[in-house]
Amino acid sequence: MGSAHSVPAEMRALADRTGFTSEQIEHLHRRFRQLSRDQLTIRKENFDSIPDLEFNPIRAKIVHAFFDKRNLRQESSGLADEINFEDFLTIMSYFRPIEMNMDEEQLDRFRKEKLKFLFHMYDSDHDGKITLQEYRNVVEELLSGNPHLEKESARSIADGAMMEAASICVGQMGPDQVYEGITFEDFLKMWQGIDIETKMHVRFLNMETIAHCY
Amino acid sequence: MRQVSSVGLLLGLMALPAALGERSSESPPKHNQTSFEIVSFKWDHVKDTYVIILWILVASLAKIVFHLSHKVTRVVPESALLIVLGIILGGIVLAADHIASFTLTPQVFFFYLLPPIVLDAGYFMPNRLFFGNLGSILMYAVIGTVWNAATTGLSLYGVYLTGIMGNLGSGLLDFLLFGSLIAAVDPVAVLAVFEEVHVNEVLFIIVFGESLLNDAVTVVLYNVFETFVRLGPEKVTGIECVKGIVSFFVVSLGGTLVGILFAFLLSLVSRFTKHVRIIEPGFVFIISYLSYLTAEMLSLSSILAITFCGICCQKYVKANISEQSATTVRYTMKMLASGAETVIFMFLGISAVNPAIWTWNTAFILLTLVFISVYRVIGVVIQTWILNHYRMVQLEIIDQVVMSYGGLRGAVAFALAALLKEDYVKDRNLFVSTTIIVVFFTVIFQGLTIKPLVQWLKVKKTEHREPKLNEKLHGRAFDHILSAIEDISGQIGHNYLRDKWSNFDRKFLSKVLMRRSAQKSRDRILNVFHELNLKDAISYVAEGERRGSLAFIRSPSTDNMVNVDFNTPRPSTVESSVSYLLREKAGPVCLDMQALEQRRKSIRDTEDTVAHHTLQQYLYKPRQEHKHLYSRHEIMHSEDEKQDKEIFHRTMRKRLESFKSTKLGINHSKKLNKIHKRDRGQKRRNSNVIPNGKIPSEISVQDFTLKEKDLEFSEAEENNDYETLHLGKGVDFLADVTKQNFTENSTGIDNPVFSADDDQSIYMKFSPWLSSEDTVVPSQRARVQIPYSPNNFRRLTPFRLSNKSVDSFLLADGPEDRPRSFLPESTHM
Repeated sequence: MGSAHSVPAEMRALADRTGFTSEQIEHLHRRFRQLSRDQLTIRKENFDSIPDLEFNPIRAKIVHAFFDKRNLRQESSGLADEINFEDFLTIMSYFRPIEMNMDEEQLDRFRKEKLKFLFHMYDSDHDGKITLQEYRNVVEELLSGNPHLEKESARSIADGAMMEAASICVGQMGPDQVYEGITFEDFLKMWQGIDIETKMHVRFLNMETIAHCY
Repeated sequence: MRQVSSVGLLLGLMALPAALGERSSESPPKHNQTSFEIVSFKWDHVKDTYVIILWILVASLAKIVFHLSHKVTRVVPESALLIVLGIILGGIVLAADHIASFTLTPQVFFFYLLPPIVLDAGYFMPNRLFFGNLGSILMYAVIGTVWNAATTGLSLYGVYLTGIMGNLGSGLLDFLLFGSLIAAVDPVAVLAVFEEVHVNEVLFIIVFGESLLNDAVTVVLYNVFETFVRLGPEKVTGIECVKGIVSFFVVSLGGTLVGILFAFLLSLVSRFTKHVRIIEPGFVFIISYLSYLTAEMLSLSSILAITFCGICCQKYVKANISEQSATTVRYTMKMLASGAETVIFMFLGISAVNPAIWTWNTAFILLTLVFISVYRVIGVVIQTWILNHYRMVQLEIIDQVVMSYGGLRGAVAFALAALLKEDYVKDRNLFVSTTIIVVFFTVIFQGLTIKPLVQWLKVKKTEHREPKLNEKLHGRAFDHILSAIEDISGQIGHNYLRDKWSNFDRKFLSKVLMRRSAQKSRDRILNVFHELNLKDAISYVAEGERRGSLAFIRSPSTDNMVNVDFNTPRPSTVESSVSYLLREKAGPVCLDMQALEQRRKSIRDTEDTVAHHTLQQYLYKPRQEHKHLYSRHEIMHSEDEKQDKEIFHRTMRKRLESFKSTKLGINHSKKLNKIHKRDRGQKRRNSNVIPNGKIPSEISVQDFTLKEKDLEFSEAEENNDYETLHLGKGVDFLADVTKQNFTENSTGIDNPVFSADDDQSIYMKFSPWLSSEDTVVPSQRARVQIPYSPNNFRRLTPFRLSNKSVDSFLLADGPEDRPRSFLPESTHM
């Protein structure tokens, strides 16, 4: 699968699994081959060839997410060395916009999946908890785009955010109680009332796109 | 009713001199004065201005009167009340004068009343929301307005041909001219009504954005058809029509460009106003007004110009000007806009009472009302159907109903109608009176019913949520993730463009247009953080004040210590904040625990220092008195203000730290201080307790360099007290030297709750150096200290030994991107 000669049946299977239309899959496939230089798989180094990505402060985290086995719907955890086209599509499908005809249950699952992706991105040591240190790292990276901001600020912002999370998720705490980190349940709680499905989406166009690559 | 009569009385007083003035102008005043008059009555001398000011006063008083009764204002929108009041006043004037002497002239409206409202709209425009929906807004503004104008005009003409309307002197072009001026949704009316309705932000921005941006279309259509009418139908050729279409692009893009150019100029100017803080807010108004006038001069869309001037400059201006100036700008702008709006609606009412303009044509008026409503609905439904294919957030049927219903017409249409000349538009009076009816109908009837409609339809309303730090952080992460995904998948989408723009902005625009210190603190996340902290502190202190004392912050002895009980229900003013939530949930135990411990431990150590320091403060008392002189170019900060700030800051930090240390199980030594650009170098670093701690020495080195930077910034921003800086530097140095010692012999304290408080350590460890330093250079506060400070502030004197001016970092931290919630955000105050 994911080869240059994808037969319609295979395409349909992919479309079923990921929810993309066949045109979108074709375009993404073209892009995939461009990135992989006509190989069947993509390695981390391939992402270096995207010039626009260079200025992204959390670039490493994003690229990482592509190789994170938790995101690839595989049972094991850990990191993949390379991903094939189907994996690529799987990752991309996290960013599909909601569809008109989704019912409540589907919407909920859809939402959870998106959040899970985000959660995995923060939880870099795969222990199912975003610890303070992990959060700090993310915030530091996020704010690294601003050269005038010191690391200390980032840290205290992360601390403040963590406190906020603690107060949302745990509520009343004893004086000696320690909040260890944000679990996925807590994460869901924090996102309550915020329409992630309208925020976390990319419009995958059906038309030919301009691709930067060198 | 009593209020109305009192207003009427006021007006009677006003009309009397007006009548007097007229009579006296008929008989020219005698100049053969025989002797010097001690007092003379010069009504003519001040008449015009006097009347204007009186009108404004009446309008403002009327607003007060309306709000005496909440029942009325909850049901009836203010704009409708003002129109009714205007009609009543107009009737009184007419009865007294027998001619309608006051009307809303287009000149006054376009030059003085409209600009403040539009500037306010632009300057406080939620940019992200606006640009996120720009496509839809443009569609409604351009295509929707053209559609409305064309269909209304043509349908009226079609009906006219059947002969129902009787005999009018108008041709097709006149009807199209009328259609073009009645088509546009009015920004003033929409704002006035929608601000009271609180529909969800997407819906609001679409209707409101449309009303702002359709100005270009209206102006062009109006000008084109006006010229056509003047030329006569026989001279209208295809070339003229093409010219009209070209002129649309020139007018709209030109107006936008003028706005952007002036926004650039304004941002640049605001970068260099450091030494003229007092006139700083003035630039905002003057330069934006210039953009309006320039666009008007070039016959471009002036509304677009001033809107985009506001939209583009807001980020840089808010970052550049000081916090006080920002507040001034905010208040002045709201005041002007609100005042202008009040006057507009009242004068709309007054203008209606003018027998000279009334020409009644039932069929024409009724059909106009029917057509504009029907075509608005049709237009909205068709356009939304198209747009929904491309929109992420779908506009549902309920939204469409509100959008159609919210298509209010207002003063712009009236002013345009009043601008028509009877010489070539034969039915000018009919057009004017119909416009008035339409405006009244939409503002009063639709304005009155839209609220129940919104409630009945259960339109999604805005949720007033406090900005949460996590949300902001995730939002930021989203921006980057999405743009990265677009990069990877090779799409050029919305996120891609936004990402590229923000890169461009960061690399070039901000460098040119922002002060260096502003570049540092402009980060939105930082702002939210800062804001939350500030709010937190404010409510904390408010709580203390409510209980009658500030002693809870620090008290020198355990006897009069007041522990804050956070469980008591508090007034609703601060209730909604996140911080309140924090405190409510987890505050009681840990804060009190820590506070108790700290006090017990530190009291003995500090009491001596405290006493000395208090003495010192009072020794310098006489010196500060000449500081309270009048100055036109500087505002003296009242002592209370400074103290408040300091108290806020301190308690906030304290509270947050104690909270954190318990919550997160980490040491509180290195939080927050960087945020506030205030270095409390005297930190105890209990590195053993830090879960993922760094090596202490590494931190201190890093801290030192950072501190140098901070100092630089405060130097740049500090405008009056160099001495403070000097002091700051000295203490900084000391602090750093000693801190290294600290880190070397730092001992691990298992529970940070029981660690000595940072600020106490100032007294404990540094008093020898510090006191010597202090005797040489008194702290800024010591110099400005008011001898008898009110309430319990004196308790805090010992803790004023700040090594850097609090105000300076507050200034540097000041700019915020969002009006704070306790400041007025709507034009209705």
